[in-house]
Amino acid sequence: MKIDDATVRHIARLARIKVSDAEAKTLENELTGILGWVEQLSEVDTDGVEPMTCVTDMQIHMRKDEVTDGGYPEEIVKNAPESTDNFFVVPKVVE
Amino acid sequence: MSDPTRLTIAETREALTAKAFSAEELAQAHLDAIETGNAALNAFILPTQEHALDEARASDERIAKGDTRPMEGIPLGIKDLFCTKGVRTTACSHILDGFEPGYESTVTQNLWDAGAVMLGKLNCDEFAMGSSNETSCYDPVINPWRRDGSDAKLVPGGSSGGSASAVAAYMCQGATATDTGGSIRQPASLTGTVGLKPTYGRCSRWGTVAFASSLDQAGPITRSVRDSAIMLGAMAGYDEKDTTSVNVAVPDYEAAVGQSIKGLKVGIPKEYSMEGMPKEIETLWHQGIAWLKDAGAELADVSLPHTKYALPAYYIVAPAEASSNLARYDGVRYGLRVEGDDIIDMYEKTRAAGFGAEVKRRVLIGTYVLSAGYYDAYYLKAQRVRTLIKRDFEQVFEDVDVLLTPATPGPAFALGEKSGDPIEMYLNDIFTVPANMSGLPGISIPAGISGEGTPLGLQLISKAFDEEMLFRVGHVIEQAAGKLPEPEDWWSVS
Repeated sequence: MKIDDATVRHIARLARIKVSDAEAKTLENELTGILGWVEQLSEVDTDGVEPMTCVTDMQIHMRKDEVTDGGYPEEIVKNAPESTDNFFVVPKVVE
Repeated sequence: MSDPTRLTIAETREALTAKAFSAEELAQAHLDAIETGNAALNAFILPTQEHALDEARASDERIAKGDTRPMEGIPLGIKDLFCTKGVRTTACSHILDGFEPGYESTVTQNLWDAGAVMLGKLNCDEFAMGSSNETSCYDPVINPWRRDGSDAKLVPGGSSGGSASAVAAYMCQGATATDTGGSIRQPASLTGTVGLKPTYGRCSRWGTVAFASSLDQAGPITRSVRDSAIMLGAMAGYDEKDTTSVNVAVPDYEAAVGQSIKGLKVGIPKEYSMEGMPKEIETLWHQGIAWLKDAGAELADVSLPHTKYALPAYYIVAPAEASSNLARYDGVRYGLRVEGDDIIDMYEKTRAAGFGAEVKRRVLIGTYVLSAGYYDAYYLKAQRVRTLIKRDFEQVFEDVDVLLTPATPGPAFALGEKSGDPIEMYLNDIFTVPANMSGLPGISIPAGISGEGTPLGLQLISKAFDEEMLFRVGHVIEQAAGKLPEPEDWWSVS
């Protein structure tokens, strides 16, 4: 599977990572190499094999539906690059 | 007072109780070792001197009252993946620049509740993605070991390279680490330390920066098998805050150390004998087999036919989960923000500036294999292969108690030697990844010295929640290997 320039730019867009022209070129080769290498999995017969969903045989436990934490918005926004009145501030999204 | 930094955790526990030195003196001795040695090794990225001395004095008060806890006063280093309340935590990524968590990870909280003392935060590969500690935004960690007759800088392995290097260089008595594909066991092997990856679900993942959530597991790096057992006992336990934490009682792991292995069945998986494997790795493995036989174990050849597919399957599953986990770094809630023309531009510029090359590579691979049209061919296929890998282990564990394998395909390599080719770097984890893919516990024990004069480890893998088996058999290997040479101290400056 050859990953071309358009594909690199498409997935970079999906992943919200800006890539320079030079980076895109390097990634084209590296991603082609890595995806070519994982291609060997096609040798494995997986017909009728269930995909793994959880590695341990366990039942997810249920907790009581009650509030156990919270009430400190100033702590939550403390690390934000920009906040006002305990809200996160983002660039204008709706005109 | 002889140098307390040279003692194991078990020895220190006795010395503190006997008041041979105080916890404060012990902490200070380690802080001094960090002060004189860290410039050369770059293992600690944030020493926490005052915090350490305060905690140590609190331990001294408890010791004076005879009210000691299992790890009272023991000085530890903490991998920068564990959130520590009010202490900068970045996963060694610029995207988390300046992040100070308002909470403590469960694993570190468990250690503080057991009396341990934090000396500081340790370097690691960025978001734990790497096998050489060269992807950290705080620059690489250096291995205290050097090749015979050379002063070339060697890597300590990764991603827990700071943890392994600091423990090997006597800057802390133990360190927390995490293992997603080998990030505890591989650096342990390359630094002559003991590295344990517990069963998935044994230690809580809550408050640990997530890389690949179905694989990540915290564990200790120490200088002895007994210390590993002591530290796991303090780290492990059920945690309501992690839905994959398993509610199984924590046994007395230390009691397993020293138990006879007579009559135990040890499996030797033939698929771990790989083409092109260095002769000295094969020789060390055979030595390990001989040691266990001498101690009364029965050896059996076993087969894990899907072994060679574990690594390629891992490089679909782990990046897929990483791309999802790392979506949270958007320049809005914490860490770095680079302003842009609009919100999308801000996201893209922030993530371009904040993530390093290896992290970007994995996020993009993950995005690709999860994208429309490819999900079945890559992600579902890899998860089916994962089922087969786990089934292989289940079948052999019907007949044997534990598996013995090499820990790494070779000894420590030089800085820059393997960083040019991602796949060559990934191959470092060829022997460690299958245990992660199956959720099984594994341990790397220092077992010998390479032709270059650097350490090599052997790996043991056991059934889920049978870490006691690893300590029991691991101790036998440790005893049989005897006292291995130590790295000569070139890193301390007076």
